[in-house]
Amino acid sequence: MSIESTEFSQIVAAAPRRVRIQTGPLADAGTATGRPRELPVESVFEAQDVSVFYGRKQALNGVTLRIQRSRITALIGPSGCGKSTFLRSLNRMNDPVPGFRLEGQVLYHGHDLYAGDVDEVEVRRRIGMVFQKPNPFPKSIYDNVAWAPRNLGLKQGLDERVEKALRGAALWDEVKDRIKDSALGLSGGQQQRLCIARAIAIEPDVLLLDEPASALDPIATASIEDLMHSLKGRFTIVIVTHNMQQAARVADETAFFGLDAAGGEPSGALIECAPTETIFNTPADPRTRDYVSGRFG
Amino acid sequence: MSAAPFDPTAPLTPSGNLRRRRLFSRFAEYGATSAALVAVAVLAIVVYSVAVEGASAISLDFLFEGAPVGIAPELVGTAELVAIATVIAAPIGVLIALYLTEFGDRRAAGPLRTTLDLMNGLPSIIIGLFIFGLIVEATHKQSGFAGSVALAIIMLPIIARGTQEVLLLVPANLREAADALGVSRWRTVLGVILPSAMGGILTATVLAVARAAGETAPLILLDSAFDGSEVSLNPFEAVPNIPTTIFRLSEEASPTGFAQAWGAGLVLLVFIMVSSLCARMLLARTRRRMAAQ
Repeated sequence: MSIESTEFSQIVAAAPRRVRIQTGPLADAGTATGRPRELPVESVFEAQDVSVFYGRKQALNGVTLRIQRSRITALIGPSGCGKSTFLRSLNRMNDPVPGFRLEGQVLYHGHDLYAGDVDEVEVRRRIGMVFQKPNPFPKSIYDNVAWAPRNLGLKQGLDERVEKALRGAALWDEVKDRIKDSALGLSGGQQQRLCIARAIAIEPDVLLLDEPASALDPIATASIEDLMHSLKGRFTIVIVTHNMQQAARVADETAFFGLDAAGGEPSGALIECAPTETIFNTPADPRTRDYVSGRFG
Repeated sequence: MSAAPFDPTAPLTPSGNLRRRRLFSRFAEYGATSAALVAVAVLAIVVYSVAVEGASAISLDFLFEGAPVGIAPELVGTAELVAIATVIAAPIGVLIALYLTEFGDRRAAGPLRTTLDLMNGLPSIIIGLFIFGLIVEATHKQSGFAGSVALAIIMLPIIARGTQEVLLLVPANLREAADALGVSRWRTVLGVILPSAMGGILTATVLAVARAAGETAPLILLDSAFDGSEVSLNPFEAVPNIPTTIFRLSEEASPTGFAQAWGAGLVLLVFIMVSSLCARMLLARTRRRMAAQ
């Protein structure tokens, strides 16, 4: 479990290069179609007029949004306005939901995420996700982090990889002496950081966080927020949060979602997206101003 | 305004038809309670009479010798038949359950569940006849293997349905967590879902074993022409087994045979009850562990 071994630098060198992961085709080898569309370098995601339906109900209407590389983008807004739906559409976690249908396009590094030859397992290997409720596997702390790398064939230097991920999630010092104990014995905040460690252990390109702190107490929340600052730069992070202060504290960019009744039945829509300071100080839309100043929601 | 249906100032003792309603209620309660007692009593009487009648036959020789003194070959044979049946039925049953909960088309799941329930209700003699035509007629002899295949058909729906129930208890957020790590579904099944459900799968298997161990009808057709004096393990010959031995001994016109039938019955009953109780305890533990998450 020591990081001092001489192998470590070799392992880091042998680890998959993120640049390659980011730009490689999402489909299984050999089925790539055409050249990726030219995008400004900094865009990781580009949603173009994305609408999401669950059966007959429309959850999201015409969202067009860019998400920039290596920055933290927060999605805020009242309940039921489609923030989580949008987030889960970014790594195809909505696919198993009965009746799910997406219109428009979600481009990831220029590749259409919903193209026919895209493999959703490959998508999620590059775009990790942390959920609202901590969901560690009923395994040891070590095995929770090591499980996905093992299955993806990243078996070399597994101990170091686990340690690096746990350090990255600011959990190492708390668990290093009981790494073979069950993860279910950790506190809620520790479990959530373990889930983050598990997600970053496979070195994804993007981390999607779906209200990662909403089930935690303020102290655990603060540690998750610190963690996000330290992960910034290594990963592109998209976070859904109900907590506006949290968005103000951690996010570079903030997207405000609201309910829009323009098409008859109200459905979620993007009201505006701008640098966080702008959203909180000089929002363009009166609905954003009302929300961030606490007048509704 | 009509007058109130009762006098609100009257003493709070039963009025109107309350006495009659009370009587009915009590009647129903006693009926239900005594029905429950009957169930317990039937089991208790059966166990008691098997124990009393069988105890006299039980001895070390009875358990460790062959015919005419004991039933050792039958004990070993039944264990072998059930083991082979389990090896056939458990993997298929677990795969069916995985299809139902993890892989299958939602529209296919309903009819498949119904199929399994119908299969569970198939009379075992009919399964015996089917395997007789399939294996015994083709090979021109009875065999332990034919018996095991019939037992496997009996075990299959029990294992599949039991496993399905416990797979449904595996929290959905574990599947989500595994999906979000870019791990394929089958790896998730092997690495996360099956380990979480292992206790329940064992339970279902043990219950199926308990059921199969006592099945008699198919074995009479498929595996009853044996010599019970020695242990014989070759499954492609007829293998001695307990249920058909009980059947044969109880038909014999000799008091020793009859006592031995009771003795063999006691051994079988103890085995089935102990394994059922173990299965229940295992299941309770699995449920507790899953609820803790």
